[in-house]
Amino acid sequence: MITFLASTTAVASSASGVTLQLATVDYLILATYFAFVLGIGWVLRTQLKTSSDFFESGRSLPAWICALGFIGANLGAQEVMGMAASGAKYGIATSHFYWVGAIPAMVFVGVFMMPFYYGSKARSVPEYLKLRFDEKTRTFNALSFAIMTVFSSGISMFALAKLLNAILGWNFDACIFISSAIVLVYIYTGGLTSAIYNEVLQFFLIVLGFLPLVILGLQDIGGWEGLMRQLGAYAETKGMPGAWSHSWRHLGDAQANPIGIEWFGLVAGLGFVLSFGYWCTDFLVIQRAMAARDMNAARRTPLIAAVPKMLFPALVILPGMLAIALYHRAPQDIALPMGADGHPDYNMVVPAMLAKYFPNGLLGVGLTALMASFMSGMAGNVTAFNTVWTYDLYQRWFKPEASDAHLIRVGRITTVVGLLISAACAYAATRFNNIMDMLQLVFGFVNAPLFAIFLLGMFWRRATGHGAFFGLLTGTASAGLMHGLTLPTGETAGLLKGGWITVHHTFASSMAQNFWMAIFAFTGCFVSTIVISLATAPTRSDEELRGLVYSLTERIRDDDSVPWYARPAMLGGVVLILTAGLNVLFW
Amino acid sequence: MLDIRLPMGLLFLVLGVILIVFGLQADPAIYVRHSLGQNVNLLWGVIFALFGAVMLWLVRRARKR
Repeated sequence: MITFLASTTAVASSASGVTLQLATVDYLILATYFAFVLGIGWVLRTQLKTSSDFFESGRSLPAWICALGFIGANLGAQEVMGMAASGAKYGIATSHFYWVGAIPAMVFVGVFMMPFYYGSKARSVPEYLKLRFDEKTRTFNALSFAIMTVFSSGISMFALAKLLNAILGWNFDACIFISSAIVLVYIYTGGLTSAIYNEVLQFFLIVLGFLPLVILGLQDIGGWEGLMRQLGAYAETKGMPGAWSHSWRHLGDAQANPIGIEWFGLVAGLGFVLSFGYWCTDFLVIQRAMAARDMNAARRTPLIAAVPKMLFPALVILPGMLAIALYHRAPQDIALPMGADGHPDYNMVVPAMLAKYFPNGLLGVGLTALMASFMSGMAGNVTAFNTVWTYDLYQRWFKPEASDAHLIRVGRITTVVGLLISAACAYAATRFNNIMDMLQLVFGFVNAPLFAIFLLGMFWRRATGHGAFFGLLTGTASAGLMHGLTLPTGETAGLLKGGWITVHHTFASSMAQNFWMAIFAFTGCFVSTIVISLATAPTRSDEELRGLVYSLTERIRDDDSVPWYARPAMLGGVVLILTAGLNVLFW
Repeated sequence: MLDIRLPMGLLFLVLGVILIVFGLQADPAIYVRHSLGQNVNLLWGVIFALFGAVMLWLVRRARKR
């Protein structure tokens, strides 16, 4: 999560140097899209009868809608802007964030974890922790998650306003107000269903809106051959021959690839700890799968989502690779502004490509897709926040006997408050950038060990509430300790970059430091949870753990009416084989 | 507890029509300046409209069932 969050602030902090000139047709396209977004919320308002409808879509949605919501909620600015920037900066190795850092975890959560989340009837991920462990573990997770989601929403808001201010000259305050008002209206009126429906809309808008960018870019550079030729020449100038056009070949040595990581750190840090920690435990995405209409649909949600996800590098990474190839061919070919460090400003890749290839008309579509991605990041966080606050904090600690109508009212008030706090965070980011970076770092410490307690909780019945709670704290402390003892090359020791205890080890890049920090956090949490669990009495009987732990839960048998291709295990296997094929193809 | 394909089909149909109309009216010089000389508004307007029409046809088919 820390890696994903960091890219948003980077996008925001560098928004300059590219300007887009909009025409009436572009404003018409923008207005049309947002009219439909608000209309969906308005139509759905009459269909919300219960709190389950508002917070869980009444568990009534088909798998394909939940699946597109599942990736749509993750398709924020970090993905569209950040991955294009990484494509320019690291080349095809950026695909590791998908083929190593997403797909295996999505298959795992669909095949192995959704039966517990969905079957336990928990309304949120923290509520599952309460059922499996105890109240303190749930509250710790709910509180840290709630704070993190409104903060993330605020960062998205800040990045959107800063970007629109820089490339279109729009007023910063107006951007904050309008974006939060639109999100507020459609979440307030339509709840989670409205958010998911708009994520589906936005998914297709981004695919159809960015596809012309990739096609035109490839035509311009001379097809795939031309792209590889330019990237090969560019990699030569960087002293890393071939590193921009191969994903695995240069991972034997951290100094031989632009990411600055060796294969073990990448696979264990990104592919296991960070990836499984995000896709398998983050309520923002799990909430979409929990809205499915039955167990089979809930399990298939992340598996169906994995199919477009594995193809997404072509849509979001390729524009970055094309931009750097064009820049290398002739710097005047693309208006890529220079950063303060004298290198091209990678974060402006998408606006620069839009300015180059999209005439008015299609430019309106591209800009709408870009704005939709920022706003879906906000909406996804706000819906997760209002559910966790209402169910896991308000109902548990303030009003356990609250009526259904009261919970809907609290959910709507929480939506308003959540967006107000997000706006406050957005304004805070304009004044205290370092504090924002610091907060993201702390969230990284808290999130990295999270998967360890879910893994032990679901697959080891002896894990106890005390073990999970103190394991989480130990994991967080391990991450902090690792950060205090290490530093990325070229950085100055301090609270933000690390080495604030002493510099015991230097990493080739800050990303390598993040990956290894996650490995240490997971290991610290995993080991301490086992030790403390063995030293404390079980908090739940076997009867209470039925449906929550693998060994005590009856295996799910797919109904005979479910065709072979719709069975989760089969679907997961096909997805993994295709992903392995992509890794080999771009080795 | 709305069929999402209905608003989605309508949205892409409307966006497609806007792009087609603008694509037929705009000065061809903007395509030379931006999109390698191709009238991308017309091309992608047709693709958007077709996508929208397919979505609406799927809704109609589902309702008939």
